Amino acid sequence: MKRADRVEAIPPSGIRRFFEIAEEMDDVISLGVGEPDFSTPWAARTAAIDSLERGKTSYTANRGMRELREEISTYVRRWDLDYDPDEEILVTTGASEAVDLAVRSVVDPGDTVAVPQPSYISYVPTVTFAGGETLGVPTSHEDDFVLTADALAEAGADEADALMLCYPNNPTGAVMTESELEDVAAFCREHDLVVLSDEIYAGLRYDDEHTSIASLPGMRERTVVFNGFSKTHAMTGLRLGFALGPADAITAMNRVHQYTMLSSPTTAQHAAIEALRSCDDAVEEMRTQFDRRRRFVISRFNEMGLECFEAKGAFYAFPFCGGDDEQFAERLLREQNVALVPGRVFGSGGEGHLRVSYATGMGELREALDRIETFVAEQWTVA
Amino acid sequence: MDEKRELLDLLQDSARESTADIARQLGMEEAAVETLIAELEDEGVIRGYQAVIDWGTVEGERVTAMVELNVELDRETKYTDISARIAKFPEVSDLKLVSGDYDFAVEVVGDSMHDVSMFVSERIAPIPEVTQTVTHFVMDTYKERGIEFGDHTDDDRLNFSP
Repeated sequence: MKRADRVEAIPPSGIRRFFEIAEEMDDVISLGVGEPDFSTPWAARTAAIDSLERGKTSYTANRGMRELREEISTYVRRWDLDYDPDEEILVTTGASEAVDLAVRSVVDPGDTVAVPQPSYISYVPTVTFAGGETLGVPTSHEDDFVLTADALAEAGADEADALMLCYPNNPTGAVMTESELEDVAAFCREHDLVVLSDEIYAGLRYDDEHTSIASLPGMRERTVVFNGFSKTHAMTGLRLGFALGPADAITAMNRVHQYTMLSSPTTAQHAAIEALRSCDDAVEEMRTQFDRRRRFVISRFNEMGLECFEAKGAFYAFPFCGGDDEQFAERLLREQNVALVPGRVFGSGGEGHLRVSYATGMGELREALDRIETFVAEQWTVA
Repeated sequence: MDEKRELLDLLQDSARESTADIARQLGMEEAAVETLIAELEDEGVIRGYQAVIDWGTVEGERVTAMVELNVELDRETKYTDISARIAKFPEVSDLKLVSGDYDFAVEVVGDSMHDVSMFVSERIAPIPEVTQTVTHFVMDTYKERGIEFGDHTDDDRLNFSP
């Protein structure tokens, strides 16, 4: 059967091969999972159950239930973001859909989107599906994987049409401060770049408060922000996200949304309303647990000689393995039954690193790190 | 959260953590954690370390009862006097003064229902200030000290996800 060139152009996911190896094995401890090990807060789950019992299973407004958009509008004010529930907020089926809608609303065939490397694996394919091209902008271990205006200029991003951001970052756990973001914002204003800012991990920042690039002067009108309930509210399977942006951008995204998704799952929207209204304590408890595990994991890697910068957001550590990261990950999986993701999967700049998710209970995390330490001590030479 | 609170919070979740692992999680020096734990023990803040056990999964009989206790006070006898007397019995695992329809909530543990019944009728009820006892035998435990019992260990997440 004929297949579209754009789809054929996308290589298989770099984690596929590892997934197949792990599937054949028993007793694998996985640190390759990008989702919380906590359950959705019970109050949100009961709201979902209640909505089903009452038979609230019809479509909602394309943009999402107004009640939910109002709650989202209130929720994002904690990051100095002020968006009108009627015209500037769109509820989507996961933040992933929001990314896709924004790219399709902004990118024309032949347009270029600058994407910092390493980055979340969906950005490049999403741009390719829209007929656009991506321009990799390197970030490095030495700079704590922070994107700089110099790196943008050096990569030629002044000619790009848009910039994709993700801070706190998947896969590195890096964050950007307000002043660091200001340099990038100035570059975008000067060269007229639209900013697509994935802030799904905004609620998982450990040492300070999150700053959204959309809150900086002159950025609101050129930025679409993505967020959702998967990570902070442990609602990955409920598939609910949202986009914030100027009315014209949200209207354009909604045009695509109404012909593809129509509206996001109603049950999940009821759960999300309750999550925003009454689950702050549960979210804070999860954040506290992640923070403890973060310090534990980073400290263990540094002690065993795999240099690990201090990731301050999301739930990933990104240690340097001092060699071929793919070989490290495969041998570790086969010999010690520990699964993690080689950094190169996330693009250039990820080589030599490993993405380690600490969204796993302390018992398993401790056992996995003991096994990694054994592997490093007995079978791996750090170059 | 200050260091003491955070340490207590962590120990309450899992008292079996090594001081080295606690230090890593709290971003402290191991020696500082050891000192802080010693201080908290000396001050009587940390009263002990115990496991939460699902006795229903262990062979051999073990019976628990929640006993409601009403007492009558006089000029010379206070709640603390009565509690001091009752707390001494090894059969009493928990003793709390509560508001509401009765005065003390007493948890009693024994090898059989007969043992527990005899303990309540022969040791607790005869105390002069005790005016009434109501004994509720525990039939099953679903949650104890914040920990749900039953098998909740299934993790059906993918081994890898983006």
